[in-house]
Amino acid sequence: MELQLRGITKRFPGVLANDDVSLTARSGTVLALIGENGAGKSTLMNVLSGLYRADGGEILIDGVHQTFRDPGDAIKAGIGMVHQHFMLVPVFSVYENVILGVEPTKAGGVLNRREARREVKEISERYGLAVDPDAKIEDLPVGIQQRVEIIKVLLRGAKILVFDEPTAVLTPQEVEEFFGIVAELKARGATIIFITHKLKEALAVADDITVLRGGRVVGHADPKTATPEDLASMMVGREIDLTVDKEPGTPGRTVLELTDVTMVDDYGRPLLNKVSLSVAAGEIVGIAGIQGNGQTELVEAITGLLPIASGRVEFDGNDISGASVRSRHMRGIAHVPEDRNDMGMVSSFTVKDNLMLDSYYTAPFSKGGRLQRDHIVEAALGLVEAYDVRPPLIENTGGALSGGNAQKMIVAREFSRDVPLVICAQPTRGIDVGSIEYIHEQIVRKRNEGKAILIVSTELDEIFALSDRILVMYDGKIVAERLAGDTTPTEIGLFMAGKGS
Amino acid sequence: MNQASAPAPRESYELTGKRTKELTKRQIRKARISGIVLLLLSGLVMLVFVPAVSGVSTFGLSTPDDAIQLDSLAVPSAGSLWVLSAVLAFLGATQFFRGFQGKTTIILGISFGVFAIALMVWAASGQEFSLISMLVATVSRSTPIALGALSGILCERSGVVNIGIEGMLLGGAFTGVVMGSLLGGWVGLLAATLTGGVLALLLAVLAVKFRVDQIIIGVVINILVLGLTSFLTAQVLVKKPELNDAPIFAAVKIPILGDIPIIGPMFFDQTIIVYGMFFLIGSVTYLLFRTRWGLRTRAVGENPKAADSLGVSVAKVRYLAVIYGGMVGGFAGAWFTLGSVGRFDENMTGGRGFIGLAAMIFGAWNPIGAFLAALIFGFSESLQQKFALLDIPIPSEFLAMAPYLVTIVVVAGVVGRVRPPAADGQPYEKQ
Repeated sequence: MELQLRGITKRFPGVLANDDVSLTARSGTVLALIGENGAGKSTLMNVLSGLYRADGGEILIDGVHQTFRDPGDAIKAGIGMVHQHFMLVPVFSVYENVILGVEPTKAGGVLNRREARREVKEISERYGLAVDPDAKIEDLPVGIQQRVEIIKVLLRGAKILVFDEPTAVLTPQEVEEFFGIVAELKARGATIIFITHKLKEALAVADDITVLRGGRVVGHADPKTATPEDLASMMVGREIDLTVDKEPGTPGRTVLELTDVTMVDDYGRPLLNKVSLSVAAGEIVGIAGIQGNGQTELVEAITGLLPIASGRVEFDGNDISGASVRSRHMRGIAHVPEDRNDMGMVSSFTVKDNLMLDSYYTAPFSKGGRLQRDHIVEAALGLVEAYDVRPPLIENTGGALSGGNAQKMIVAREFSRDVPLVICAQPTRGIDVGSIEYIHEQIVRKRNEGKAILIVSTELDEIFALSDRILVMYDGKIVAERLAGDTTPTEIGLFMAGKGS
Repeated sequence: MNQASAPAPRESYELTGKRTKELTKRQIRKARISGIVLLLLSGLVMLVFVPAVSGVSTFGLSTPDDAIQLDSLAVPSAGSLWVLSAVLAFLGATQFFRGFQGKTTIILGISFGVFAIALMVWAASGQEFSLISMLVATVSRSTPIALGALSGILCERSGVVNIGIEGMLLGGAFTGVVMGSLLGGWVGLLAATLTGGVLALLLAVLAVKFRVDQIIIGVVINILVLGLTSFLTAQVLVKKPELNDAPIFAAVKIPILGDIPIIGPMFFDQTIIVYGMFFLIGSVTYLLFRTRWGLRTRAVGENPKAADSLGVSVAKVRYLAVIYGGMVGGFAGAWFTLGSVGRFDENMTGGRGFIGLAAMIFGAWNPIGAFLAALIFGFSESLQQKFALLDIPIPSEFLAMAPYLVTIVVVAGVVGRVRPPAADGQPYEKQ
């Protein structure tokens, strides 16, 4: 089915979220809809899924005008949404989740479970979406959970599938599998709209690309000819340089040194297996690896959040293996954690308070146990200005910031301390291109000031853009070490998959 | 943060979701603690009970009007206690050194049962103890607790916390007796049920529509009903005692089944309210886990947003579940008046609604589990009652405490953490 939007306009009080948006998704193709956070992608999709009613414009399916009063109408018209945050009941089985709302029943509303399993099996076989109908959702990896979401919309007869940031939560392997699923759906005639801000993914899977900025369509691109730079510039509205400008690093004295650090889980299995590494002043060391190979534990071993079973962590020549988190922080380790919402900030606190989370107890912010409001406000205003946190309203809650700005706020807090070691875990996960560019610049600037930087990222591009030296983690071990100039993404990718020699 | 994921075994449960089973440190520690508790109980039986007994303990297994008469069971007191103590010591030691792993919960249940038997052997030493009447009382006394738990389950499975069960019981007991006195027991039973439904409607409107904190609403319902019924008792029932004199439902013996020794009097010679409890426990279990209504109710209690996105009306599901729950609570209230004494006394439910909540949690939000938990509480109540009649050298208040202490130990230290519905107590706001 072909989907056309013509002149969709949606106003919220004081905001024009969608301004005369027109686009076409051709039958049996993939349309990538790209744009920064706040460009109006979500509003447009909510209009399409019947959650919002547009103030102007029309929706056409195969040339027929559609009116959606609620999500049920959109589902009936054949539109299926796969949300970024899965709409699944974790304690239910796969088939229970799939049939919810369209349950096959026997007399008296009794569930026909055999029929339910058969329906799930049939769709999963027809589209190659392997999944056990009786598995519990919470026991399944995220990639399989996404398949369940897809089966859900297919069961409801969706011919137009809308994926909202589908790869944000997937591991690189799962992303590959997901692209396979998209190809299969396309081959069977489904129309797919793929909302993303990952430009390479848009280029890899899309047949057409439409770019939104500030609620308007600012351009279309042909994925065969466009480059990531072209798309980034259209999205942001200015020239964007995706390569990070940096001189080769000049490593100085060793700041951080790990010797045979081992960490075990509750079952006694190794999470970190004799990890040894060092980071010197004035260099960026990048830890590459697929999610779940010990990177999280490595960072928590260095910052003291998890205890190590054996080995030695040295900082500035002192053994800090048993030191508390606060002590390590005071000695001069800055940490941008991998999960900004759970670990990086308190969402319900104001921006000002979030900026003070690491130093509220020190002078001049605290005196005799009382917070010094004037100093805090002054410092916070300085930080949001210096680190380009938008909007620069320090009394707003941290949770009200977009992902990119929340991350800039956390970077502001951690980078504003003049400390010898900065650890950044997934510094740009799930944030917009403009913020990525900005944060990368800040990291390089920090290195040029002679700080030691440790980056952990699952994005190989990011590792190559920033690192002077690259370490690869696999199964809790460091399996390779290369200077950035002496290796290629292909070689590192093989090590990440555990296949390197 | 601590749930570090190990990458290695992933492929094994990728599609089936099966987890590997290994003993964690925490499980080992739990096994140690529960092993020690069992060994202490064994010591208690051996060192305190054994020296205090002499002669034989006699247990009556039939009442005089039973069709099939069983001889009373007489056991040598000291000898039996030695055996029971040895069993406890064996189970405790095994649990301490090796652990029963997956069977731990069952073994612990058996152990506490063994201890309860030891307690009865000790109490019955040198006299006749009517075991059968105590078992019959256990089932009867567990009825309001099981129904209270079921009331909570219905509400909480849909995501609405119901702390007001106590108030619903009390309200049902009150209107049950007044309407029963005026128009007969069946009308009283209906009135009790409707009273619970009306109180639940109040809970539902405030919780679902106005999104008031559900704990507060529940507390308000309890205080409101307690105050109102106490006031009406003092002002009306005292002056017009004819309003506080309802007919009592007599036990109805089911033919054939009722004649089976022991089982018959326990389960097939009870009042209509007890039969109602059996029926409700069974039917709600079936409805919750086998029907469309149940699937949607559970989905709303776990993830209302997901249900909403699939066209399930969260508000409708919650209204229905809460009102059904309230009606079950009101029905349970009738047990206190129409099912036992036929008159209302101030605050006569005495916290049974809260015990019902404990049974709900103990039973992991599952009707059958809650019923089994209610049996434990009912057993403890009737045991205490029995001990008060026999000449036992401990104050009955202490006896009344013991089962709750055991419950706390079991819930806190032994049973795996039970998980409430994920959206329990959270108001749902449509975006």
